[in-house]
Amino acid sequence: NFSEVLKQSNQLSKVSPDGKYMATCVQYRLMVRDINTLQIVHLYSCMDQVMHMEWSADSLFILCAMYKRGLVQVWSLEQPDWHCKIDEGSIGLVSSRWSPDGRHILNTTEFHLRITVWSLCTKSVSYIKYPKACQKGMDFTSDGRYMALAERRECKDYISVFVCDDWHLLRHFESETQDLAGLEWSPNGCVLAVWDSCLEYKMLLYSLDGRLLSSYSAYEWSLGIKSVTWSPSSQFLVIGSYDEKVRILNHITWKKITEFEHPGTISNSKAVVFKEMEKSAVVGRDDLSIHQLTVGNSLFSTQSKYEITQLPTQVPVIKPDLDRANPKIGISAMAFSADNRYLATKNDNMPQSLWVWDMQRLSLLAVLEQTAPVRCFNWDPCRPRLALCTGNTRVYLWSPAGCVSVNVPVEGSFQVQSLFWHCSGNSLILLSKEQLCLCYMDSDDKK
Amino acid sequence: MGDWWTAAMMPDPAHDTKDLSSISGISMSPCRQNSPPSLHSSMALPRTSYSVLSAFCTEDNVSQCIVYINQEVCSLGLSGVGLECVSDGPSAVPLLNVLYEVLQLQKRSQRALQELENQQLKTSSDLEHLQHSNSRLKDQLEHTRRENSGLHEGERRLQLKIKTLQNCLKSEKDEVQKLQSIISSRATQYNHDTKRKERECTKLKERLNQLLMDKRDKKLAIEVSNYVGRSDGKRGLWKTGKMEARHEGEMYKALLGDYESRQRSLMLENSELKKVLQHMKKDMISILSPKKARVKTEPTDDSLERVGSEGEEEAADSSRETLEQACEQAREQLTNSIRLQWRRLKSHMERLDSQASLVACQEREGEDQMSRREQEDEIQRMRLEVQQCKEFIHVQQQLLQQQLSSPCDDETAALLNDCYTLEEKERLKEEWRLFDEQKKNFEKERKNFTEAAIRLGHERKAFEDDRAAWLKTQFLNMTPFVDRKRPALPEAECALSASTEPEAKIQSTPPLLTKSQSYRAFSTPRAAPVKMPSTADLYRSLRLIPESRGHGRRQSGETVRSRLRNGSVDCSVFSLVRDENSPI
Repeated sequence: NFSEVLKQSNQLSKVSPDGKYMATCVQYRLMVRDINTLQIVHLYSCMDQVMHMEWSADSLFILCAMYKRGLVQVWSLEQPDWHCKIDEGSIGLVSSRWSPDGRHILNTTEFHLRITVWSLCTKSVSYIKYPKACQKGMDFTSDGRYMALAERRECKDYISVFVCDDWHLLRHFESETQDLAGLEWSPNGCVLAVWDSCLEYKMLLYSLDGRLLSSYSAYEWSLGIKSVTWSPSSQFLVIGSYDEKVRILNHITWKKITEFEHPGTISNSKAVVFKEMEKSAVVGRDDLSIHQLTVGNSLFSTQSKYEITQLPTQVPVIKPDLDRANPKIGISAMAFSADNRYLATKNDNMPQSLWVWDMQRLSLLAVLEQTAPVRCFNWDPCRPRLALCTGNTRVYLWSPAGCVSVNVPVEGSFQVQSLFWHCSGNSLILLSKEQLCLCYMDSDDKK
Repeated sequence: MGDWWTAAMMPDPAHDTKDLSSISGISMSPCRQNSPPSLHSSMALPRTSYSVLSAFCTEDNVSQCIVYINQEVCSLGLSGVGLECVSDGPSAVPLLNVLYEVLQLQKRSQRALQELENQQLKTSSDLEHLQHSNSRLKDQLEHTRRENSGLHEGERRLQLKIKTLQNCLKSEKDEVQKLQSIISSRATQYNHDTKRKERECTKLKERLNQLLMDKRDKKLAIEVSNYVGRSDGKRGLWKTGKMEARHEGEMYKALLGDYESRQRSLMLENSELKKVLQHMKKDMISILSPKKARVKTEPTDDSLERVGSEGEEEAADSSRETLEQACEQAREQLTNSIRLQWRRLKSHMERLDSQASLVACQEREGEDQMSRREQEDEIQRMRLEVQQCKEFIHVQQQLLQQQLSSPCDDETAALLNDCYTLEEKERLKEEWRLFDEQKKNFEKERKNFTEAAIRLGHERKAFEDDRAAWLKTQFLNMTPFVDRKRPALPEAECALSASTEPEAKIQSTPPLLTKSQSYRAFSTPRAAPVKMPSTADLYRSLRLIPESRGHGRRQSGETVRSRLRNGSVDCSVFSLVRDENSPI
């Protein structure tokens, strides 16, 4: 149930939001394929190698950014001969993105000098000055009505809330941060989470109208917040920090409900530890010579399977260099399953392990211990199913029922660098350095 | 005597003190050392006096000698008077007296000397000992002194160290303070710098922006082949105050919506909790009310609690009403009443627990002993019983063994035979019962057969009638008056059938009367030749029964032993037969 291998470059491959098409960039070409047949529907040529590509929210347009040239090209799916080219000129371009309505393009210029808002409807241009260069300085609400933008002027952090319809500035207020690092809307679009840079553990929660609802700080004098995620129901705000803990805030009092530790020794008897065991394919000495010619590649392939290890068990931990900037320690990635039930986390100094937590019991459910560092993990958008890759030729799937590893049956080596789900949850798009491959899920036999 | 002692010792002191160790030597050989100055030591005098007496005293100088001795004796403190008065010749008596006294004196002095010598020895040894200990102590003293000095030295050194360390600490503290101040100053500096840099940066950005704006960057452009409609299909609107107000309104609407939904969910949750609370309250009241009744009967309980419970119930009622109001007062009341009830419940439970444990303890103590004794008795009894049974079995076994080993034993054989006959009787009874059953079955069959025979008879009659009719018709057909005879035919038939019926009755009676008669009798009747084979078959298959029955009857009169073996076989045959019969 794997498709043939397709080419791509820069890992630029995205499925349209409506799930019908898949756009892929190969050098300067942009190919749009039907997701079912994988036949090329449209083929566009850009002016240079594409650095960034993005679908508009209504799946009608594709934006291709060429940062080196400061160019953005937009293609239409409905009218293949329609085109649009935006040139940012000598000021340069570092980031380009769609507004949620799919009719405006927001370009961030070099040095974060300003954000240019181009309208495809009226050709009009508007500028937003003083954007802050930070981890996540801009966020749209999930309904696409409001945009929050972090700004820096007079050495102080400000937050601007815009109405996306006409880029009207709705609110502008100073945030109580030393050095704002990021902001994120809650999925229901009413609360804005703002956090300070890693030098200080500070989480601020603002209402849509700019009132400070609450602030939270777990500790002082140590490296603070590393990652922040909302639960899809807006019920929980989870904060991963450099002290290797995940703290969960509730949405009513904004106080901590619980915290998840990531200890080096797992002794929680309720948790299941899946350990990936690699076994090289055993070939007898006699038929080695015969097989060597015929089998060739598969001779060196290894088999892998999961084994449930006895508790308590040790998780491999690497010792990070704490003197260097951005030490490899702490919770760097967290993701909720679509049904709010599970939370997957990754601790940077335990790169081979992925932790899955049960949000109903607020306890550790499973730990996946891989043989290689986890590169990427994603939840199925429809089912409680987690896919992850470790940069080898296998895809790993976790569900509450258990754990499987699937080898990508492809000629040559296909090293899965990243992966993402199709919005229906029926297929998984695997990306290697230069190739991509679709993995179709049969919901029956994969259970 | 004391004078003498002193005089004798007078020259010695210097000698004694000069060399203490020589004392022992003196005592061992006093004559050798003391002989030259014989005058000095009076002790040596008596021993040597006899040998030198000739030289000292001759015939001529007796008187002088006597005088001299007198003087000497006097100087010794003795009464030398006796010697003076004997002028003409030396009388022996005073001389001997003197001599005796001198000897006594000498002996005494000797003893004293001995004692003194001993004392001397003792003291010298004591002295030696003391000297030894003294020297040892001196050594010790020296040692401790040295140690002390060493310790002093160490202390001094340590103190020095402390001093240096304290200095170090002070300097370190100073340094830390300095560093802290440096850090803080650096931090402020850094902050200042960053702010300055940031300001510069913003200034630069501003300038850059300005420049870019001024320059009217030619490249900065958008090329669109044609405009695209808005996603919502509406036209863009002008920015006006109205718009602003609308945006505000929308924002507040969104916020309000969120708050409302949140409130709704909270209300839901609250109502759920209230329900639970109500339920709990009801339960609590129901649990507590019987207890209250009992409390009233118990005089030991204080009235305070009772009052509390009553008041509480009221509170509960009132709170139930006020629950709906959901105001502050109600909440307070509610929590208060719950708390009260809870406390009461807890105390009640505790009391119950303690009571239960007390009672249980008492009961257990009593019961334990009782039950244990009973159990033991029971076990004893059972054991006895088992023992008896075992013995019984053993005896039986023995008997059996004996019987088997000696079958010639008449008495036992007879006894056993009796047993067997009893058994046989039982078995026979059983068989008799079976036979009876069989008989009944046979009877039933016989009835069936007779019925079948009757039916056959009927059929045959009918057939014969038919034949007669047919013959008649044939005959009549042959005769010229066929037409006239036809209507009379039914009547003839009736007449024929009536005549056959009594015959059938006669046929059916004999088997009933002759029970003992064999079934072969049935085959004899004048059955229709066409139907014969089927009935014959039936008989053949059923013939088994009378045979076995006869066999059983015959055997009943036979000996017991053979019956034993055949009984089971017969039974099985019967059961087989019965199975076969049942369908009929």
